[in-house]
Order: sequence, then structure tokens, then C-alpha cells
Amino acid sequence: MGRLLAEGDKFAPPGVKDFFLPPIFGGVTKPMVLVVLSIIIVATFFLITTRNMKVVPSKWQFAAESVYDFSRNNITREQIGSKEFRPFVPLILTLFTFVLVNNLFGIIPIIQFPTMAKIGFPLALAILVVYPLHHYVGIRKFGLGGYFKNQLFPPGVPKLVYVLLTPIELFLKFFMDPLMLAVRVFAAMLAGHLILLVFTLGGEYLLLQAPVVLKPVSLVAWAFAIAMTFLEAFIQVLQAYIFALLAASFIGRALAEEH
Amino acid sequence: MVNALLNLAAEEQPDPVMPHLSEVILGLVAFLLLLFVISKFVAPRFEKLYAERTAKIEGGIEKAEQAQAEAEQALQQYKAQLAEARAESARIRDDARAEAEQIKEELRAQAQAESARIVAQGTAQLEAQRAQIVAELRADLGRHAVELASRVVGESLEDETRRRGTVDRFLSELDAVSAPAKN
Repeated sequence: MGRLLAEGDKFAPPGVKDFFLPPIFGGVTKPMVLVVLSIIIVATFFLITTRNMKVVPSKWQFAAESVYDFSRNNITREQIGSKEFRPFVPLILTLFTFVLVNNLFGIIPIIQFPTMAKIGFPLALAILVVYPLHHYVGIRKFGLGGYFKNQLFPPGVPKLVYVLLTPIELFLKFFMDPLMLAVRVFAAMLAGHLILLVFTLGGEYLLLQAPVVLKPVSLVAWAFAIAMTFLEAFIQVLQAYIFALLAASFIGRALAEEH
Repeated sequence: MVNALLNLAAEEQPDPVMPHLSEVILGLVAFLLLLFVISKFVAPRFEKLYAERTAKIEGGIEKAEQAQAEAEQALQQYKAQLAEARAESARIRDDARAEAEQIKEELRAQAQAESARIVAQGTAQLEAQRAQIVAELRADLGRHAVELASRVVGESLEDETRRRGTVDRFLSELDAVSAPAKN
């Protein structure tokens, strides 16, 4: 991507600075463009494939249905339970597809930037969407006191243990969970992309700058880069799945009678 | 907060864990926009489709069950009809047999009556003929006898009463002789 790498003969390893690209115009940076692009892609895909749905699906409708089915039945219904899951299906589907497309940007040629490697985006989803929502639905169902009692005083524990357990529960459920939700996908994307950069740019450096004897090693580096790309593809899908799964599980936990 | 962790990596490098406010806002807005589109347009279409599909499959099953029930019913009906037809045919056969028997019986009776009538008629006719013949013979016989007697005697008998009595007695004897031969 037109990135200038080495100064002279010294190899400069890629780092976090590679995730802070200069703005394209004004204050608009590449990840911002990609986020907008991602919602256009997802919305267009679903709007077109669901425009004229048949009971017997066409190829594209089948693809869209598979994604919807997966979010609806495998994630949302599994985590929230078949009684109350319906209102959350659009949310989980949106989370899944939004994160998925933004992650996959990391390995799509030309684009090649996982938007979720910028912490602002996963943070917005985790802290500003999932976190308030799952507490809200919990409080709406059980009332403020009932909800906190549910969350902080799990039943079936000796009274004395609450002294220890309740602060832990409070810390985990109201502080760590949303933060970890964001950091998990952010860190995976950042690290994964960094690995790809290391192998790709390292190979390039070896080919262009290294002594003749070492030049063939660049092929090894690129082979690794390709292998890592496959691994990345897997991780990107997996992280999107985990993000949606955990969001659904938080909602399910907030709505559960007792656990 | 946690940024000390990654600060070890590089000195001049920007801090990746500090969110840019613009990115947070953009991420949120973009996400909510997508959420709106999906929950407003996409999800209802899918749910509608699912409901349709469920209805169709259930309808199909129901229809199949109905068809099966109908087939079963038709089969029962046919079986019943068949049994009925069999019973009917047996009954008709029995009836026909009985009727034939009756007709035979009637014909026999009729034939017997006819034969009896014919026999009676014949008997009567014979009787009449016999009577006629007897009468004729009697007249002839009287005449012949008188003629014979007058020839034999050669003269007319003077005693009228004696002559009549003689003739009558003779005839009665004749009757007595012929009577047993009649039957």
C-alpha cells in the first residue's frame, strides 16, 4: 500500500504507528471510510437479498438466510432463550455482520485494514451499545433492586462468601466485561494485522535489501504471510462470532431468572 | 489505564489503546444506522418468510394428513360398497333361485291341472259318446229286436203289454250285461 519502509539498509519493523494513517482528507481517516463502507456493504447485501424472498430460496437469499439463521438461532436463541430472544435478533445480527465485515477488511486486497484494530470502534459497540442495553433490559425486567440482587448476589452461596463474591461480580459485570468485549476483538485484530505486516514487509526487505544469499528467504516469509492470512481469516470470523456471542450472553445473563 | 502495557513497545509510537473520540462517535452512529436498517427492513422480512415457511410446511403436512384420511375413508367406503354388492348379488341369486323354484312349482301345478282337465274332458267326452252310442244302439236294438221278433214269429203279437214287457226285460238284461264292462 505505497508504504515506504526502510531507511537505507536498516529494517524498520512495522509497529503501532502503521495503524495511524494520515487522514485522507480533512479529519477523515481510512478506518472511518471503511466503517461507512462496511455499513453500506451489509445494508446493501441484506436489502437486495431480502427484497423478493421466496419460500424456496434462491442462491443469494440462501446465503443471506444462512447468516440470519446463524445469528438468530445459533447465537441469540442459544444465549437468551427461546422465550425472549426475538427483539434482540436484529441487534445481534447487526453486531455480528458489522464486526465481521470490518474484520474481514483486514485481508481484502487494497482495503487491507481491520477497522476493529482501532479501539474506538469496538469500544463504541461494547461500552455505548451492549453495556447500557443489557443493563437496561435487566432492570426493566426485574426492577433496579431485583436486577442488582440477581447480578451481585448469586443464589446458592453461603452468606459469608458474598463479602468476597459480590465485589468480584461487581467488578467483572459492570467494569471488566464490557471493556474486555471491546479489547478482545481490538487486540486480536491489531496483533493479527501486525503479524501480517511483519511477514510481508520482512519478506520485501529481504528481497530488496538483504544480501543475495538471503534473498530466497523472502519466499519463506511470504509463504508465512499467506499462511497467516488464512489464519487471520479464521480469527476474524471467530472474533466477530465471539463478539456477537458475548453480547448475546450478557443480555441473556441480565434476563436470566437466576444463575 | 492499561496503556502502560503497550507503551513498552515503542517510544515515539502513538498509543493504540486510547480511543479517538471521532472514531467512537462515528462507530456508534454507523452501527446505529445499520441497526436501524436491519431491524426496520431486514429482520421483519426474514421473520415474515420464516412464518410463511412454517405455515407452508405445516399446511403441507396437514394437507397430506387430510389426503391420507380421505383415502382411508374412500377405501372404507369402497370396501363397504363391495361387501354390500356381494351381499346384494348373493341375495339376488337366492331370490332368483327361489323364484325359479316357484316358477317350476307353478308350471308343474299348471301342467298337472291341465293334464287333469284334459283327462276329465276326455272322460266326459267318452261318456257322452258312450251315452249317445248306447241311446242309438238302444233304439236300433229295439227296432231290430222287434223286427227280428216279428220276423221270427211271423206275425204281429196281439198282446201289447206282453210284448212290451218282454222287450223291456230283454233290454234290462242287456244293460246288466254291459254295465260291468263299462268300468
